[in-house]
Amino acid sequence: MLAYVVRRLVATVFVMAFVAFFVFSLLYLTPGDPAATIAGDLATADDIARIHRQLGLDDPFLVRFGHWAWGVLQGDLGTSIFTNLPVTTLIGQRVGPTVSLTIMALIITLGFAIPLGVIAASKVGSWIDRLVMVVAVLGFSVPSFVLAYFAILCFSVWLDWLPVQGYASLSEGFAPFIEHLILPSIVLGLIYGALIARITRAAMLEVLSQDYIRTAQAKGLTEGKVLVGHALRNAAIPIVTVIGSGIALLIGGVIVTETVFAIPGIGRLTVDAILRRDYPIIQGVTLILSAVYVVINLLVDMSYTFFDPRVRF
Amino acid sequence: MALAAAEIAPVVQRHWLGETARRHPTVMIGVMLLLAMAAMALLAPYLGTVDPLAVAPVKRLRPPSEFYWFGTDSYGRDIYSRTLYGARVSLTVGLSVAMFGTALGLAIGLVTGFVRRLDLVVMRVMDALMSVPPVLLAIALMALTKASLGNVVLAITITEVPRVARLVRSVVLSLREQPFVEAAVAAGTGFWRTLLRHILPNTIAPLLVQATYICAAAMITEAVLSFIGAGTSPEIPSWGNMMAEGRSYFQIKPYLVLFPGAFLSLTVLAVNLVGDGLRDALDPRLARRL
Repeated sequence: MLAYVVRRLVATVFVMAFVAFFVFSLLYLTPGDPAATIAGDLATADDIARIHRQLGLDDPFLVRFGHWAWGVLQGDLGTSIFTNLPVTTLIGQRVGPTVSLTIMALIITLGFAIPLGVIAASKVGSWIDRLVMVVAVLGFSVPSFVLAYFAILCFSVWLDWLPVQGYASLSEGFAPFIEHLILPSIVLGLIYGALIARITRAAMLEVLSQDYIRTAQAKGLTEGKVLVGHALRNAAIPIVTVIGSGIALLIGGVIVTETVFAIPGIGRLTVDAILRRDYPIIQGVTLILSAVYVVINLLVDMSYTFFDPRVRF
Repeated sequence: MALAAAEIAPVVQRHWLGETARRHPTVMIGVMLLLAMAAMALLAPYLGTVDPLAVAPVKRLRPPSEFYWFGTDSYGRDIYSRTLYGARVSLTVGLSVAMFGTALGLAIGLVTGFVRRLDLVVMRVMDALMSVPPVLLAIALMALTKASLGNVVLAITITEVPRVARLVRSVVLSLREQPFVEAAVAAGTGFWRTLLRHILPNTIAPLLVQATYICAAAMITEAVLSFIGAGTSPEIPSWGNMMAEGRSYFQIKPYLVLFPGAFLSLTVLAVNLVGDGLRDALDPRLARRL
């Protein structure tokens, strides 16, 4: 196990090094001269040349990558062209709403999707099974921002149950915090939930056809004990794998959901950076979110032995 | 014999079509919807539309009526016409990405699955590309280039290639151990002939299913990119652009967003239904579970 963990960590370091190289290449290939942008409209050629020397922009590509990577390792993701603030500061200011939104989406999604998948598999062919499958196909097909507008129209504009847009931090009170997050969380989690419900159903159906399930039923265990204690535990590995790989859907969804619901998080920061062509922010966000995605999938791989002790690395 | 086969063929074909419709009604719904969307995109100029780019400030923000079926936007452009022409953008992106993505991924997957020395290097690059969430990767790539349909197709294709390559590679890895491939190699069949005659045909079925899902994902990603301002030029009548323009007026004029949103969802649903049907037909064991 330890050897496997070390091997995976080394592989993760290589993958992240490549992602960092890719992200740096984006900066390198970016059209325009960053020195001219920093110097402003009134700068002379000498001013621009001086900034070039100061920032090391005349150095060879690999030397510049080395300097940049060293800065990243020390937590320096560069400076925003538009606000002139460090990218790490900007991301730090916006991380709260994004983490709150993502965690709430995860809680709602996993709280509904896994039980629905289990029920659908245990009552295969019933109306609830068909309903779960229909919702799963619709969840895959309706883009999150389309669903977001339909949800706002129904629950905020017509029924007036929830706020249309905006974000309230936990310090402003628990009720406003939840009120502002509930609709975006459901919208963000629907595609992810559809995927997990479908995989849960498929994995459970596979397990429920096994002999040991029949044995458990024959010895008189209740349906709940058979489903949760015997079947779900053995169906956990594909479900957990999809929970990990599906995080990409949440990360992509956060960018759009925060835009529709005007939540001042990392997604909104990214969209603003795109509109202003603020490349250091786009790179910083890409690097950070990719790292989160890679680490989550690493943890998912590690969790296999917890769910199935037979798994040996 | 040939005559008998010719007589039987239409009967078998009719039977097959009827059987498919009976066993997979959702697939037939998907095919019908997709054909309707394709016809709408192709025949847009003949379906009572006007110039989708024609600006008319005096007619701005008109609600749906007998003159403007889906209303007009903030520039006075006809939303019905823009929605119909928008199908062209969505389908072009979806089909192009599915075509280029599968072709490139197939080539990479075939070669890396069969040539072990290349596998180590190329698949690590693919792994690294897969470690960036697709929408984020497409955004980062679009930030480098100017807004255009070609660049959108290119950016989304790059995000999809690693997944196809990995799928094809896994199929090739299992195929190369099969007796029929070993027999071909033992009989002295050349590298390219083995690859193209014995391996390639067996990768087509899973690839076809994957292509439909890529098509659906590409249409959504295009709409997301346009919606956040990183996709096609704003004046192009794509469904993502229309929703982005309409969002400021959404609370008072919801139709600005709902019509393009509904058409986008219907088209993606149609492609997904066709993809599910293909998967069920090609892998009946999996079909019973998924």
